[in-house]
Amino acid sequence: MATTQKIKEPMAPLKDWAPAVGLGWLVPGGGHFLLKRNGRGGLILVSVVAMFLLGLMMRGAMFQPQTGDILTTIIYCGGFIGDLASGLLYLLATWFGYSQPDVAGHVHDYGTKFLVGAGLLNILAMVDAYEIATRKKT
Amino acid sequence: MPRMNLSHFEAAVLFALFTSVVMGVVTKKTDADRIRYGARCFGYFIAALIGLGWLMHFGHG
Repeated sequence: MATTQKIKEPMAPLKDWAPAVGLGWLVPGGGHFLLKRNGRGGLILVSVVAMFLLGLMMRGAMFQPQTGDILTTIIYCGGFIGDLASGLLYLLATWFGYSQPDVAGHVHDYGTKFLVGAGLLNILAMVDAYEIATRKKT
Repeated sequence: MPRMNLSHFEAAVLFALFTSVVMGVVTKKTDADRIRYGARCFGYFIAALIGLGWLMHFGHG
């Protein structure tokens, strides 16, 4: 019986990718700018910032981590990570006192999803920046 | 910060647009593939949006 063994690649040195990923977290598209992918960085910046600002204008709620049953933990902790992934946008919004209670209504609900969605898109961009920095991608 | 009121459709289209742009940018290797994939994603989002909208319309009777 043939067996397949996965050869584990060694992880790229931290100094190769950490600046791009870190900057990419703080400023959406920042990692791409650092790696001289300006066009792609610009598209990411515009998309993530626009999505976050629309979320704020729709008065979406920011998640706070909460634990309890499994569903509550996943939704609130996952939502908090999604919000936090927007980097400087999230930090500025909270520093300037943005605090919106979770109220009923489709506009607020979309706003909450836009705020989390912006962070999730930024996570995709950070993964892309990591792959470019470690030469897995051009 | 101005307040914004969007309909379900407008909000979902904007969500689809920004998500498709980023999905296109981060997934493929050439610019032509990125544009094609982004456009395809957007098309799928809109098709799902309209399809589910009609499904809910008929589901509610």
